Amino acid sequence: MSEGPRAIVAAHGDLAEGLVSAVARVAGAAAAARLLPFSNANLGGVELVDALRCELVASGAIVVFTDLPAGSCTIAARRIARESPGLAVVCGANLPMLLAFVMASSIAPDTWRQAVAKGQAAMCVAEEGAGGD
Amino acid sequence: MAIEVYRIDDRLVHGQVVVGWGQPLALGFLVLVDDQVAASDWERDLYRMGVPPEMAVYFESVESALSHLAEYRQLPDPGLLLTGGTATMRSLVERDPAITRVNVGGLHHRAGRSPRLRYVFLDAGEESDLRAIGARGVDVTAQDVPGADPVPLDELLARSGG
Repeated sequence: MSEGPRAIVAAHGDLAEGLVSAVARVAGAAAAARLLPFSNANLGGVELVDALRCELVASGAIVVFTDLPAGSCTIAARRIARESPGLAVVCGANLPMLLAFVMASSIAPDTWRQAVAKGQAAMCVAEEGAGGD
Repeated sequence: MAIEVYRIDDRLVHGQVVVGWGQPLALGFLVLVDDQVAASDWERDLYRMGVPPEMAVYFESVESALSHLAEYRQLPDPGLLLTGGTATMRSLVERDPAITRVNVGGLHHRAGRSPRLRYVFLDAGEESDLRAIGARGVDVTAQDVPGADPVPLDELLARSGG
């Protein structure tokens, strides 16, 4: 496993698995091993918190990347963060953000902040030819 | 407008509610009825944080909801009322005859519950609550998102697996 802090990617359906798979394709399996995919499928609110807490304890992850601010993964992660000082919850994760996290040379606990900046900066609208002549 | 959906969902405010129902119905507000959430500043902030700014969220206990439902029904935008379980919805239905439809949106797996649909698991008490709601003439259906086919109560209770 590569050096550095670990994170859980918590999302709807199979999205987390897909994102981590994409990270592995781009950055390699060792880097992707710092990310653990977690799905909210078939879990109620209470069960979701319990399952996510177990994953956090087992993995030692210090960040939870979630997909949707209003989503149940975010609600569950924020509940756990309230009782776990130092646990960061980042909403709206995307592939550039996760790549920046696993590729960061720093092993500082707040590596996720740089990853968030990368993820935000990577969002753009490609409008070539939109004017249409 | 009116409260368009009375929904039972053990995740309360989450993606299916805010996006799945919120966008096609152009929901202007949510009413979250839960005694514990209503009594906690932190819980209210937690659920409020996930809701887009154009959607209002009102937090009510069962008692306060019953005294405010008529006001919510007068708001200009459509709304959705949420409870986290069947017992709370049953309490509302038994004391507010204006509730004529109930949506079972999500009751997930937990010990003691039996599977009925992929997203609906029920224990005996919950089944009893839903039967009691239905016995009052309320149209009870299971439907997680608007694009799914609603499953009538009789069919839901007759099912034994997801």
